[in-house]
Formats: sequence, structure tokens, C-alpha cells
Amino acid sequence: MTSSLTTVAYLGATILFILSLGGLSNPETSRRGNLYGIIGMTIAVLATVLGPRVAAAGIPWIVAAMVVGGAIGLYAARAVQMTQMPELVAIMHSLVGLAACLVGFASYVDTSIAFSGAEKAIHEIEIYVGILIGAVTFSGSVIAFGKLSGKIGGKPLLLPGRHWLNLAGLLVVLWYGREFVMAPSIEAGMTPLIVMTVISLLFGIHMVMAIGGADMPVVVSMLNSYSGWAAAATGFMLSNDLLIVTGALVGSSGAILSYIMCRAMNRNFISVIAGGFGTGGGAPAAASGSQPAGEVTPVSAAETAELLREARNVIIVPGYGMAVAQAQHTVFEITRHLREKGVNVRFGIHPVAGRMPGHMNVLLAEAKVPYDIVLEMDEINADFPDTDVAMVIGANDIVNPAAQDDPTSPIAGMPVLEVWKAKTSIVMKRSMASGYAGVDNPLFYKDNNRMLFGDAKKMLDEVLVALKA
Amino acid sequence: MPLVIGVPKETAAGEKRVASVPEVVEKLIKLGFAVAVQSGAGDAANCSDDSYRAAGAEVVGDAAALWAKADIVFKVAVPTAEEVGLMREGGVLVGFVWPAQNPELMQQLAARKATVLAIDALPRQLSRAQKMDALTSQAGVAGYRAVIEAANAFGRFFNGQITAAGKVPPAKVFIAGAGVAGLAAIGTAAGLGAIVRANDTRAEVADQVVSLGGEFVKVDYEEEGSGGGGYAKVMSEGFQQAQREMYAKQAREVDIIITTALIPGKPAPRLITAEMVQSMRPGSVIVDMAAERGGNCELTEPGQAVVKHGVTLIGYTDLNSRLAKQSSTLYATNLFRLMEELCKAKDGTIDVNMDDDAIRGLTVIKEGSITWPAPPPKLPAAPPASKPAAAPAAKGGHGHGAGEPMAGSTLAIMFGVAAALFWLIGAYAPASFLGHFTVFVLACFIGYMVIWNVTPSLHTPLMSVTNAISSIIAIGALVQIAPPLVDGGAGRPDTLIRWLAVVGIALTAINMFGGFAVTRRMLAMFRK
Repeated sequence: MTSSLTTVAYLGATILFILSLGGLSNPETSRRGNLYGIIGMTIAVLATVLGPRVAAAGIPWIVAAMVVGGAIGLYAARAVQMTQMPELVAIMHSLVGLAACLVGFASYVDTSIAFSGAEKAIHEIEIYVGILIGAVTFSGSVIAFGKLSGKIGGKPLLLPGRHWLNLAGLLVVLWYGREFVMAPSIEAGMTPLIVMTVISLLFGIHMVMAIGGADMPVVVSMLNSYSGWAAAATGFMLSNDLLIVTGALVGSSGAILSYIMCRAMNRNFISVIAGGFGTGGGAPAAASGSQPAGEVTPVSAAETAELLREARNVIIVPGYGMAVAQAQHTVFEITRHLREKGVNVRFGIHPVAGRMPGHMNVLLAEAKVPYDIVLEMDEINADFPDTDVAMVIGANDIVNPAAQDDPTSPIAGMPVLEVWKAKTSIVMKRSMASGYAGVDNPLFYKDNNRMLFGDAKKMLDEVLVALKA
Repeated sequence: MPLVIGVPKETAAGEKRVASVPEVVEKLIKLGFAVAVQSGAGDAANCSDDSYRAAGAEVVGDAAALWAKADIVFKVAVPTAEEVGLMREGGVLVGFVWPAQNPELMQQLAARKATVLAIDALPRQLSRAQKMDALTSQAGVAGYRAVIEAANAFGRFFNGQITAAGKVPPAKVFIAGAGVAGLAAIGTAAGLGAIVRANDTRAEVADQVVSLGGEFVKVDYEEEGSGGGGYAKVMSEGFQQAQREMYAKQAREVDIIITTALIPGKPAPRLITAEMVQSMRPGSVIVDMAAERGGNCELTEPGQAVVKHGVTLIGYTDLNSRLAKQSSTLYATNLFRLMEELCKAKDGTIDVNMDDDAIRGLTVIKEGSITWPAPPPKLPAAPPASKPAAAPAAKGGHGHGAGEPMAGSTLAIMFGVAAALFWLIGAYAPASFLGHFTVFVLACFIGYMVIWNVTPSLHTPLMSVTNAISSIIAIGALVQIAPPLVDGGAGRPDTLIRWLAVVGIALTAINMFGGFAVTRRMLAMFRK
């Protein structure tokens, strides 16, 4: 295959990738979108392997590596549970980051392509930046994986003077960058490169450690973005337009997702990255703000079933608690039962419910809930006043009226699902503990609110039994 | 010792309702009370003595015995002087009392050292009180029945039909006043297939009218008619003039008029004049639900159905008794909800808690001392003025970018920075870099445009597919593994690079296959 043929094959792959992302605009076309992605990837890989830059001697190595990696990937994809999706995505981001580092190092030690003058400097800057982004993505994703899978605690780790630490790290990286570009030989350049890599790895760890569990959707989408930029930087390094375009697509996709998530929490992107939710300026304000007082009204599973049976319009608001308890299948059983009885059951999804963007949608889809009754916050918020029962399963901050009513609350201004406007709201919770934001929830004390305490799965099973009785 | 709830037979003429029905009696007994029912109390509402017995109530032969036995008496109609005479000293009475209209009765009840809970004095604006709101439940039934009475007197179908025997136009119904009764009437008439129009002086009910299938007719005059507590107020002369013109126009056009307009403490407003009745087509029907308070129509005769100028004027004041079973069931449930509030311990005793806004409102006599009227209930404090700040944040959804355009100054700064950056790159970077840079910037924009169209429910699949696509970085490793070495490649550490590349390929292959496979698995689950 000639070089020109490879180039047009790359162009075709690029178009297929764009179509692939475009296909996700709608569940109907999304499957085709995924297929476009697969075809694009196949074309890109085949065109490279058969192209002029890979000699026949390399092909056995490539096949062996692909088979090993592919087998692991397919196994992971099959074995993963839908509740573990965020972890899987996070660990996969780390692989891209690591691969970017490896390619960067290999490219640096590769002497077969010689540059000189400005081109050499640019090439080295590209390598330096590529490895930097790759390393941050790698270590950040590994920590994110640890936090999401519960191997590392969800509480933000806040080192004293953490902003200064980051700044110092940045300065060191810049200084070594200069050293690296000035280095006369590959051996001399290796030291700055390795120092920078270590600092980048530490920076990635520090950055994600400082972020609280509630901000995980932002982090996961941000790392998604980084993995894209890492690919784009590698593309510059290797002068490969396909990598640049694909990296830019992925990078902007992740950036937009991060932006959407931040907006859904009414928070500034910088402040999420800087870390610590409700731990900085917000905490004193929360203490001085009005503490909701009053009594909560507990209900039993049987009474919940009674309320649901008598309702005509029901909105279910799931949160991370549903994912933890693996309750989505029982939720669907209840939904199906009620719908057969003619009850209009719908789902209201807050953009940051769960631990990654769209997490709840995937869980509900896994439980076979039809996607046309699963609605976004903006679509469903106006319908709460006409709703008989709003059932909140394992969610807290996203249904907190303080976000609208209490300007001193740390979550003031965050868009929330207005479940308290329903005739009755039922909150399923394990205890009266506050959510990730550490804010008390006045919803629990409202007259039309009922609390159903207990493990979501167990309680929902009881509700289902009572409904069928 | 549980308290005994007594349900006497209603004595008012034409009153067919009963204050509790067997299904609710059962629930009252679960609350811990004992229930005694006067023999025949539920006959007119299709509740036999036997059904009460089956529910666990004791059936008592005559009124005197029942009143003597009961600690708490459930009534529907306002009690008569005789009934008050039968009442036990210090007993509790629950039912309609209308303290403002019946001062003498209040005195008699106070003399008996009674505690009186007037269900009509409930503070209806408390959302918590809605389950006890008997005025609402009874008005809803009356509104339904008004349409049924109208349909009965009307000589045609309500719904339009096209049959082999010809085309039938749908009936046009106009409903004056969209309170509870009015809304129930709108829903019922729309359900029968009529074209329904409605008017109310309170503009905020327009949405409710539309939601029930009606069309809201506006009066062509600017004035807001909410009088607080969900009732209407008396309107200005100019408004009334405009309103009369609108009613006159509707009267000429429609087949059926149902009027429900009431203003608290005042005679019913005169909405339909004799001329308007004359202007209606023969065979038309007017149901005047305000007949008891003088009527909204000049020609109404309370309690009767009469035909004047070819129009049937229905002025029944007993619409609820004409649907006795339904009215009784709802009323009984309202009272049951009240007892739940009074007996939180479920031990068959009551605690009239005067600190509770809802209970305070409807307690008009407490142990012989008149406590009516209640002070206005403490309304929930108005939310602080943070609303405007919260509102814009809720904007969003997808589409290209944020809803509102950026401020001009921000935009100018951004363009400035971009221009400076581009100038720097253009001045120093070599041509080969610029080619890639162009591709990069354009790709960012394509990504931006494409991603905003992704539906939020697919954000997780989006992440996993972009993750899979980002394993395109494999290309980088692929070209390193064994490039054809044109110029010998002196000093190239082949083995090291090969191993780095092999690991890179293996890692990205995990991503590639895993990412696409898991996306496929997820997307397969999304179904309608």
C-alpha cells in the first residue's frame, strides 16, 4: 500500500469517527454510530500495518500484541457490571495515558527520523507535552479508578498549600522543559524527561486525590478529555493527522462533558479541579445558614406500595444509592407492574446523578427500562406539580430544595429536581446522613415528604411484594 | 378506653349523605376507635346496616341512644337545635357548621361545653390540609353532577358524531367560575365530548382549565381577581361591564351554561341576566350551582328545575345528595384523615392540638369556649430573594453551546488572546507544523459541534466510544515497531523501541476492543 493510499484511508477513518460520534445523538442511530467507530478503527489499523511505515518483520509482533490486548479487552467488556462502568472507563483512560507515554519515549529514543533547527525543537516540545499529558492522564485515571471502585476513600485529600505545590511543580516542569530542548544528546535529555514524567505522575495523583466523590462525573469526563489531548499530542509528535483529528475530537468531547457536568452542579470548572467540595469557603456558610428543623415522617414498604398504587403519575429519581444497592432491576419490576396498572411512571435524571455522565441512563437501560420514559431534569422539572408520588432512590443533593431557597447553602444555585412540588415525595435512604456535599436536606422535613429507611434493594423488594399482594 | 364515634342519620330534608361509610369505618376502628351507627343512617347512600356491622360498627336503634353513646359525633349537614339538645355534655362534634352564618347554633354548642371541629373552617391554603378538605371533595362531586343534570335535561348528544343518519354537532358548554366545582364540570363535560369553554376572574386558573380539556375565555379588561385563599374577590365596575358583554356573547353561542361563581360571605354574583336567557337557543340548559346563595342567574328558582323562555333552568341545591354514595365516601375519607391528625398515637383517643395550624383553624369551639375565628395561619415564610439567581442557572439542555450569548467584552478578550496566539505560532512555527495545527483546530471545532448534539442519556456510551477511539494512539506504536530503515538508522535502539511499542499496542488493544465491545453492549440495552 502506498503512502497516498494510507493517507486516504486515514481520511476515511476520520470521517467514520466523526459519524460515529454524530450517531450518538439519538439512541436509534447510536448502534450504527458504534459500528462506524469499529469500521474506522479497523481501516486505520489495517492501513497503517499494510502501509509503507511498517516492515513485514514487525507484523508478527503486532498480531501477538493485538491478540493479547484484544482478549483482555473483550473479557473485561463482557465481565463488567453496569454499575462498574465508571471504573472501567477510568481504567481504560489510564491505558491511553500510559500508551501515550510509551510512544513518546520510544519516539524520543528513535534516531531513524532526524530533525534539525526549529523542527527539532518543535518535535521535542511535542514529545515533552505528549508525555506530560499522558502521564497526568495515566496516574489521574488510576486514582480515579481507585476512588470509584472504593479502593481509595472518596473524601478529598487536601494537602496544605496544595495550590503552591502545583505551581512549584509547573515551574519545575517548565524549567526542565527548557533543559530538555537544549540537551545536546539523547542521553543528556533523558534526565529532564524522566524528572518531568515523575512530576506529572505525582501531579495527576494529587489532582484527583483532592477531588471529592460528588465531583467524580467531572473528573471522569475531564480524564476522557485528557486522553484525547494525549492522542492529539502524539499525532503532532509523529506528524500524523489522523491522530491529531481523533485526539481533538475526543478531547473536545470530554471537555464539553466536563462543562455540562460543572454547569449541572452550578460550579466553576477551575474550582472543581482545585478540589474539595463544601470543604473550602462553603463550610462556614453552611454552619451559619438555617438548619432545617422538624420531624421526618417515616413510612413502611407497605405504605409506600399503597401510595404508589393509588397514584396516577409517578416520577422516580434515582441516584448513586440505586447503583450501589444494584436495585435497578427491582425498580424496573415496580415500574412495569405500575405501568400495567395504568400508572404513568417516568424517570427524572439529574445530569450528575451517579459517578459518571449518563450513569443512571445506562443502569436503567440495563434493567430494560424503555428510554422514552427516562427524561432529563429540564424536561421533567415542570411536571412535578402534577405528580402524585415522586420517589427518590438513593439520591440526596440533587433533590435538595436548599439549592434554590437558601443562598448561604454550599450548593446554592445548583439546578435540582423539584421533587418537593409533587403531592407526596418518598425518599429512600439508609439513614439520615447527609450527601456528598455534606449539606443537610430540608426536603426530609417537609410535610409532604415520607422517608423509607433501609437498603434500597431490600426495601424495593418489599415494596414490590406489597404491590403484587 | 377507646372513644366512641357516632354516626347519626341525617335529619335535614333531602339530605341523603351519611358522615361515614363502611369502608372508612373499618379504618377508623384500626385507628383504635369504636364506631356506632344509627340504624338506617346509610340507607339513602346505599350503605346498609349490615354492611356497617360487617365493618365492625355497632348499629344503634334511635338517634337519642346514639347521641348519648357517642363521644365524637360525625355529621354532614349543620346540626339542628334538637340534635344539639341530644348531644352529650363535653362531647365532640365534627362536620359542617358555618360559624359565621349560624351564631345561635354556636351559642347552643358552647353551652353544651362541646368541642366543635368545623370542617368548613379548615385553612384550605395549607397543603397539608388538602386531604381533609371536605369543601373541595364535595364541590368536585357537585361539579360532576351538574354536568350530568345538564346532560339529562339537554335534548342532544354532547359529543359530535357523523353517522349514517346524519351529522350531529357537538354540544357547546360554557362554565362560569373555574374553582373546584367548575374544574370538575369542565373535566366531565370534556369527557362526554362537548366543546368546553370556561371563564374565571382569576387569571392563574387558565392553565388548569386548558389542562382539563377546556378553553379559557378571557374578559377583555385588565384586572387581577384573586382575593386570597384561593377565592375570587368583587371586581370593579369597568371589569363587570366587560364581563357582562362576554357572558352575553357566550349565551348566544353555547347550548349549556353551568355557573359556579361564589364570593365568600357575599350573595352570589349575578352573571346571567333575563335577556341573556332569552337570547339562548330553545332547548338550552342552565345549571346554577350557586342557587342556594341566590343564584348566578336572575331567573333561577332554588331547588327547582324550571323552563323559562324555552331554556331549562336547573337550580338544585342538593347536587351532592343526588350522588350520595360518592359524596359520602369522599366526605368520610376527609373526616378519617382528620381523625388521623387528631389521633397520632393510633390509640383511639384524640388530642386537639391548638398549636397545629390546620387543627387550630377548624376548631371553632374548644370545651365550651368559642375560638372562632382562628388567627390567620402562619404561612410558610416566603422564600428569600435568591430565586432570580437560581433561575438562569437552570437553563441549558443541548444544542449548540450555552443558551445566552457571551458578553461582548469577554468575547473581545477571547478573540484578542486567540489572535495573539495565532500570530506567535505563525511567526515562529515551521510550515509543516502549521499544516497539522490547522487540522487540529478545525477538528476541535468539529468535535464541539458534534458533541453538543449527543443526548445526555447517551453520555456514558459517548465516553466509552471516545475512549475506544482514543486508542487510535496505537497507530503511533504501530509505526514505531519496525519501520523500514531507509538510511540505516545508525544507533537506533531497536529492541528497546520494539518492546515499548509492543506494550503500547497491547495496552491500546485492550482499549480498542474493550471500549467498542462495552459500548456495543450498553447500546444494545437502550430500547423503547
